Amino acid sequence: MSIIDVSNVSKSYGGVKANSDVSITVEKGGITGLIGPNGSGKTTLFNSIVGYHPIDSGSIKYEGQEISHMQVPEIARLGLLRTFQQTRIYGAMDCVENMLISLPHRKMSLWDTLRSNTAEDRERAGHLLEFVGLYEKRHLRSGSLSFGQQKLLEFAMALMNEPTVLLLDEPTAGINPTLINGLIDRLKRANSEFGITLFIIEHNMRVIMNMADTIYCLAHGELLASGSSDDVQNDQRVIDAYLGAH
Amino acid sequence: MSINKTGLYVAILAFTVAAPFVFPNYGVQLGTLWLMIIVAMTWDMTGGQMGYNSLGNIFFYGTGMYVAAVIAIGLVYDVGEYTGAAGGGRYEFTDAQYFTGFILGTLGAGVFCAITAFIIGYVTFGLRGPYFAIGTLGVAIAAGELVSNWDWVGGGQGITLPVYPGNLDEGKVFIYFAFAITGVLLFIFLNWLYKTRFGAAINAIRDDEEKAEAMGIHTMRYKLVTWAMSAFFVGIVGGISAFQLISFEPLESAYQTINLGIFMVVCVLLGGKGTLWGPIIGAIMFQVFKEVTWNYFLGWQWVALGALIVVTVVYFQDGLMGWLRVTKPEWFGLTIDEKGNEQSQKAASSGEAAQ
Repeated sequence: MSIIDVSNVSKSYGGVKANSDVSITVEKGGITGLIGPNGSGKTTLFNSIVGYHPIDSGSIKYEGQEISHMQVPEIARLGLLRTFQQTRIYGAMDCVENMLISLPHRKMSLWDTLRSNTAEDRERAGHLLEFVGLYEKRHLRSGSLSFGQQKLLEFAMALMNEPTVLLLDEPTAGINPTLINGLIDRLKRANSEFGITLFIIEHNMRVIMNMADTIYCLAHGELLASGSSDDVQNDQRVIDAYLGAH
Repeated sequence: MSINKTGLYVAILAFTVAAPFVFPNYGVQLGTLWLMIIVAMTWDMTGGQMGYNSLGNIFFYGTGMYVAAVIAIGLVYDVGEYTGAAGGGRYEFTDAQYFTGFILGTLGAGVFCAITAFIIGYVTFGLRGPYFAIGTLGVAIAAGELVSNWDWVGGGQGITLPVYPGNLDEGKVFIYFAFAITGVLLFIFLNWLYKTRFGAAINAIRDDEEKAEAMGIHTMRYKLVTWAMSAFFVGIVGGISAFQLISFEPLESAYQTINLGIFMVVCVLLGGKGTLWGPIIGAIMFQVFKEVTWNYFLGWQWVALGALIVVTVVYFQDGLMGWLRVTKPEWFGLTIDEKGNEQSQKAASSGEAAQ
């Protein structure tokens, strides 16, 4: 069963066609990958889905509901969450505070927010920080963490928010190789244990081939290939796009 | 720690109650000090805690004055006729009418300003950074001009309120306690609010609004409610000020953008943005500085004040509390242990490798 349906979406910036006629389906409960050379329109497609800019034509449906005209916070409140390529955390606060702010406000009324965080909230925050390996650093200012650790924190914050679908923009970029294995493991566990549907942009082929059930490849804003990791890996057009042939 | 804190609160409260009797000659200044503390704390709700620097909060002060005056007069007489006679003496208020007018007027001013904040906020909160500051300043200036051309509330001549029914000194003490009680209630309210999830959410808006939106936080809702809460208290103290001044006019006393409108921002900057105590300490520092220069350097007081603002903005942006936070982080329970950080980083990466 599909949870996100992108059909025939086009988006141009002036004369640059960032996405043209792209159609993608994200299966509920699965891990879907999105690859493509730099400038192929991956992040543009992500931004279109989460509502950062209007699309020129086509349709984007989330659980059957048209969301292409909706604003960022409205879409986020449906349970469709994204992380950023450049991490975005609240740098002046410590890790636990970052986690507690990420509690799912979409499930709270104004009165619920006028309460302090419960012991359970703190416990869950601690548990998730442990899950990503940041428990020892929970009281440090998050801005003083390394880039890789900040990415892990952002991932933990996303989990705290109890999303239905998580869109991850290059989760392993800038993370040192020893941490990457741990992150792959945690992403897979987030998918299998918490039942979160993942849609991942990734440049690291080893990572994405290892995780995704279905992979889509974009090049020059157009959908080049799609299928299982084996299909995509052996597709001559994909190889050409990455190596620069036309 | 908590015993110390309770002791501190009790001492401050005792001083607050005793002050007008111990220093009877400074009744008005002490009341004004509370006014500065309140407007600084309310300014910090949006400016410090939420990252929206408003230059238009004085709008709620001026509007609060007028709403309180209109309610207090309107309960007894026809407002248009009353202002038409320009306080011409035929209008008398009984004790009961004065106090009902005072209570309903100040509370009504608070409620009215809170509702106005929702409406103005809905338009101006689309603006960010300096645009929000200028946009809100524009609202305050425009309101001052509109009111000074509105004859029903007295136009440019302003409006005159009933005088406190007892003797003059008693009236000063009454006004002082009206300010002080509002201030104490505001402190208790903020001390609680900043610890809730709501407080965390407005901090998130300050630190990265786009991230907060992407996490599904109802940013517009929190911005509007925060400003409305802030406006409620500013409206109330505006109302109290109206009864303190008795006679006031729109541009210099009510919508005084360049005086109180700027002072409240300077107080917060002096004391430290985004902290509970910063605005209070800043307001006290500012008020002392202002009174000293007004008394001993008359003629130069505006120059001294201007210099203070420039020095604060250029060299001391984080204020006293911000400076203490950097130099004495342990006082605030902050952990900035660089060495410990490195060690745990090593431990973490070796742990990862072992996996």
